[in-house]
Amino acid sequence: MAWVFRGLREGIVTTRYPRRPDGYGDGYRAAVSVVDPPNSAPVDGRDATGADEDLVSLCPTGSIRVDRRLRVDRGSCIVCGRCVEARPDRFAFEPSPEVATLGRSALVVPREDDSALKDVRAELYARARALRRSIHIRHVDAGSDGSEEWEIAALTNPVYDVQRLGIFFTATPRHADLLLVTGVGTAGMAGPLQRTFDAMPDPRVVIAAGTDAISGGLVHPSYAAGPGIGSIVPVDVWVPGSPPSPFSLLHGILAAMGLLAGSAA
Amino acid sequence: MSPAPNPVLIAPARLAESVAAAVAAGGRFAGLVATARGDDSTVLRALVANPRHFSTIEATLEPGSKRYPAVAALVAAAAWYEREICDLFGLEPVGHPRLDPLVLPLRPEEPRPRPGGSDDLPRLEPHVAALSGHVSGEGVFTIPYGPVRSGVFESVEYLVETPGEEIPHLRTRVYHKHRGLDRRFGDLMVDDAVLLAERVEGTASVAHAMALCQALETLGEVEPPRCAQLVRAVHAELERVAVHLDSIIRHTEGAGQAVAYARMTLYKERILRLRARLCGHRFGRGVVVPGGVGGPLQLEAVEALAEVETIDRAIASDARALMATPSFLDRLRGTGMLPTAVAVEHGALGPVGRGSGFVDDARVQRPYGAYRFLGCEAATGFHGCDALARQSVRLEEIRQSFHLVRQALDKLSGSEPGPWRHDVPPPHGTVLGWVEAPHGELLYVVEAERGRLVRVKARCASFHNLALFAQAFRGDIFTDFVFIEASFGLSMAGVSG
Repeated sequence: MAWVFRGLREGIVTTRYPRRPDGYGDGYRAAVSVVDPPNSAPVDGRDATGADEDLVSLCPTGSIRVDRRLRVDRGSCIVCGRCVEARPDRFAFEPSPEVATLGRSALVVPREDDSALKDVRAELYARARALRRSIHIRHVDAGSDGSEEWEIAALTNPVYDVQRLGIFFTATPRHADLLLVTGVGTAGMAGPLQRTFDAMPDPRVVIAAGTDAISGGLVHPSYAAGPGIGSIVPVDVWVPGSPPSPFSLLHGILAAMGLLAGSAA
Repeated sequence: MSPAPNPVLIAPARLAESVAAAVAAGGRFAGLVATARGDDSTVLRALVANPRHFSTIEATLEPGSKRYPAVAALVAAAAWYEREICDLFGLEPVGHPRLDPLVLPLRPEEPRPRPGGSDDLPRLEPHVAALSGHVSGEGVFTIPYGPVRSGVFESVEYLVETPGEEIPHLRTRVYHKHRGLDRRFGDLMVDDAVLLAERVEGTASVAHAMALCQALETLGEVEPPRCAQLVRAVHAELERVAVHLDSIIRHTEGAGQAVAYARMTLYKERILRLRARLCGHRFGRGVVVPGGVGGPLQLEAVEALAEVETIDRAIASDARALMATPSFLDRLRGTGMLPTAVAVEHGALGPVGRGSGFVDDARVQRPYGAYRFLGCEAATGFHGCDALARQSVRLEEIRQSFHLVRQALDKLSGSEPGPWRHDVPPPHGTVLGWVEAPHGELLYVVEAERGRLVRVKARCASFHNLALFAQAFRGDIFTDFVFIEASFGLSMAGVSG
């Protein structure tokens, strides 16, 4: 009986995201963005600032590139913040947690061209139409560091409470609509991951949760793993982060449900 | 902090007996680490913890030589270490009680990763047929559980050998998650290696970064600024609270205590948010850097103190209620008995050891960093040896951690701000770094040559303790499994490497 009254003590602690923005989610660093210095229109297809090649060496995972202009590949960025600290004039933390994308190439920011994504988006939305009201998730760890599991488990705590959105975790892949995969894609988990995917009924959607799952992160290259899970199962939604915060994961799940038509994903 | 500057050098043939002698003289076997040399020789280092320091016993296997008398034949706690060394180096410990592959089952002719070496490696696929088969016998069958299990857990496979309800025997397979981290460390520059250390056990990022950085600071003879040590302690203790809460959450979930579960998950979220407000990251990544910390706490000490006070009081109140709820206690009492004698013989680490009355807390016994001037007590007096005792240890340690955080914040608000880090010269030599991680003692063996990291080995408490897991099932049945697993509170990422 004592527990009943205890349960009422805190009042409502649940976020109103996605209906309303959440102050905490918007303040947490979810990814890295490129900052353009003022008056830096590209000249002859090259960045006017010139010295960008020096910036490439700042990144421990080689996520900074110069491809006609300065870009960051969020798919391999581990959000260590070294570039933001060294060159706040060129890099900044992305304050919004909504960083999931529907294509691997869309993780490279600033994006070149969104037109290729249109087909991907249309195909996913057609496939996920049946999942829009409620979705059952099967999680598989394919070689994570353990923190991604904490962030996924947090989705069911009273703050995120994803059941309110019709999102449930299920034990068996046969009941699952969505495969949520963490980890670098170890050789030892390739078989179990493949079998879990095969056991799911259609339509099904796969999320690569975290930088490790997308590209192997700092663990790549390794004789035993990766790079990422994309070579084992077909990935639909990519959620960067090391680990991705619960809000980023939720954004990825909503994208997989086809609920984000017209948004950034 | 001077970890065994002069290792005892010995012939491989005498390694086992000298480790056994060191243990018989009152030492605790703390690990066995191998390093491959470029000339195809292999160095074996046995680590023995003494009450105030570590000693190292070192043996070198000549080029091409693979066999040596198994340490595990005389010191049972070495068994898993030698299985790992056999997988990664292809060595053959003669007289080992059960040399099954552990982290990397391979065909005999396949190349071995040999961490410390720098030869090119092909991708190595686990060869499942190299693992020992299932049991047979009348009425006995094996229930495979994992690696994909119900719930959001790390991958691990348990083979439960059972005649029906009891669990007389259990085998654990951990190779699924093997990421090859030991070799990967050898590719990295010093600062990047710290980032990888944070990802060995992602739930104990601060502890890992601290252990590695303390090793590098010892090599470079650098003492981090006092305020940086305090910032490290704040993060390390909040990390401990989060990890212990996670274990308690899994207990409450298993026992169907819905309200307690919801409230404990809320507190864990608040701890992670507090950590993010202090440093920008929910797991404290980027806080610890060689020579100090990345910067000051990003929250006023007064504000942090108020938040700590609120969470501490809320957890303490719910913990009291939980420990007075019979339907919860009944599931834990007498479950997963780990007798004191077994814990002592194996040198069980962290809350697992302390719940069986075997207390070795590095913060107290071999203090490092800020723990040299903060008042810290080990959780003693828990002799229940069961899941309940381990849970009680965690609750006590949460209380103690909040006490440490308050002390550190107090000292920080009264001290001069900065500098936050000193330069650490390029590492050269071999050294041991240690911390008391949330899961128990964490060791980093670091070998460097003129600034290049040759070998970095993280010896995680989870690896050491998991070998004991199968011994805690005497008389327990299936429905106890979740509590025994939760009370061990192991991180599989740290076990598989």
